[in-house]
Amino acid sequence: MILSLDRSRIFVLVLLAALALLPIVATLGGEEFYIGQFRRILIFAIAAISLDLILGYGGMVSLGHAAFVGVGAYVVAILVHHANEETLFLGFIPGTFEPLITWPLAMLVAGAFAFVIGLISLRTSGVYFIMITLAFAQMVYYVFVSWRTYGGDDGLRFRGGDTLAGFIDLGDDLTFYYVVFAVLLAVLYLGRRLVKSRFGRVIEGCRENERRMRALGFPSYRYKLAAFTIAGAVAGLAGGLFATHEAYISPSIMHWTRSGDLIIMVILGGMGTLYGPLVGAVVFMLMEKFLPDYTQHWQIVFGPVLVLIVLFARRGVFGWVLPARAGGRGHG
Amino acid sequence: MPLLLFLEQTLNGLQFGVTLFLMAAGLTLVLGIMNMVNLAHGAFYMLGAYFAATLVPITGSFFMSVVLALAGAAAVGLLTEMVALRTLYSRDHLDQVLATFGLILFFRELVKIVWGPIAIFMDVPDLFSGRVEIVPGAPYPVYRLLVLAVGVTVGGFLWWLITRTRLGMLIRAGASNREMVGALGVDIKRLYTLVFALGCALAALAGVMAGPLYVVDIGMGDDILIKTFVVIVIGGIGSVRGAFVAAIIVGMVDTFGRILPSQFGLSATIAELAIYILMAAVLFWKPRGLFPAAG
Repeated sequence: MILSLDRSRIFVLVLLAALALLPIVATLGGEEFYIGQFRRILIFAIAAISLDLILGYGGMVSLGHAAFVGVGAYVVAILVHHANEETLFLGFIPGTFEPLITWPLAMLVAGAFAFVIGLISLRTSGVYFIMITLAFAQMVYYVFVSWRTYGGDDGLRFRGGDTLAGFIDLGDDLTFYYVVFAVLLAVLYLGRRLVKSRFGRVIEGCRENERRMRALGFPSYRYKLAAFTIAGAVAGLAGGLFATHEAYISPSIMHWTRSGDLIIMVILGGMGTLYGPLVGAVVFMLMEKFLPDYTQHWQIVFGPVLVLIVLFARRGVFGWVLPARAGGRGHG
Repeated sequence: MPLLLFLEQTLNGLQFGVTLFLMAAGLTLVLGIMNMVNLAHGAFYMLGAYFAATLVPITGSFFMSVVLALAGAAAVGLLTEMVALRTLYSRDHLDQVLATFGLILFFRELVKIVWGPIAIFMDVPDLFSGRVEIVPGAPYPVYRLLVLAVGVTVGGFLWWLITRTRLGMLIRAGASNREMVGALGVDIKRLYTLVFALGCALAALAGVMAGPLYVVDIGMGDDILIKTFVVIVIGGIGSVRGAFVAAIIVGMVDTFGRILPSQFGLSATIAELAIYILMAAVLFWKPRGLFPAAG
């Protein structure tokens, strides 16, 4: 089974190998510009994968996922900001530059946000769930828009926070790329373990038929809440990486249309597949980056294309290489 | 708070409330009857404002421009429904969210191409540009009173349409059980198209009325769309009555939310939080909104 090389497995291996080799090829070709570009893409891929956990596997249409990315990003930004200023956050928490502290904290805080938001949101379902996740994301958005200490609407620019474990220089494009790539691999591996586990099966069961899962004795609410929290924490990690990548953060990262972008990445690549969102993030962000070079108005084409994808190609790019049965989605 | 300021803000709150209601009425019907999440509703708000802003200098008549803008938005809505949305009714919410998000991108870019990325300013029509003293010592813009009157009139019209006419009866019946209505020989497809176009016209009306008060730009539909969803969810999906009550509540909370913090030395943007907290609280205690529609 492990050695069986079906089409999807080959596809994934080729994709990951290409991503692993990309910086080397780019450096040899003198196009270092692409390294930073793809690092950004990989970071968003992590966020999209985290969304896939609840959207694809759990069937929870959350329209507020960008808020967790934003919270994670602000955790890193605020800690580094205070380390620079040598002041205390809220008067008692010292800042720090160390990503080994800031990134896990970004996960922790974003996970805590996801837990509280999930606690209330998951009581509802359907349209109400979509709307309440959106509403909570807007709340978080406006908190940061009005929080003048950290730049408010203008955002927060900061220096430092790019030396990992005291000796790994993230300021170096190549090094930081491979750090992000390693995080992505870890997220993919652990994500895969998670969805193949009993826990993952229960989550999928809740997507297909929640009432039946409850009748079988599974406390579906708690399972879904756990999944929602994990997804939020991973999104927070992506946010933390993003803050370090940009050395700048503004509330626009968590505008509700950003959550829409994340959903697009998941669907474009193929939801409920984990690798799909990675493909989707690559495709979407390359389009976002390079199509404006050809026409400034690429969205007038992309919008209808999105409608067509929904109508005719629901399985996404990754769905094409998958065997017909696996990785499909539920009808819930 | 001084009494005059309180009165003025109450009127502002009511006026914003009826604007929200115009948006929410169409959207809640589409959502309730067709079970369709339409993120692109804000686009018709934007289109209405742009149409009117363009037509006013051409026709020279505010009233004419409004009528034409509504007709234009309804026509675009009709076309959108027939081309793209009709096939989505039977799909799940995720597909609808995604496809209508695609429509937002399309319409935004279209507006950017036609009108350019810079905001347009729309003048208050001369006839309504003055101020009146409803209460001695507190002059209030006539135009805002007009918006209020239009909103209340449309609200009354909708109430009449839905509770007193055959069309309204079919709409209500469709919301309760669409298969049954179809089986009884009603052309449910045409009914849906009609309701959708009506919703688009109402959204355009809201956009036209808001045009002179705020600014006509690409993002204008995004912000109000979210607030409209808050209204619908608080009111209960599918309930026009609920939408009206919730719109007034949200309009009031939003308006006073902007005033009160400054009275206590807080930043005004924190007020944006108020309506979302309100919505979360309502959903926590009443997961189906204040006026859950039957069926």
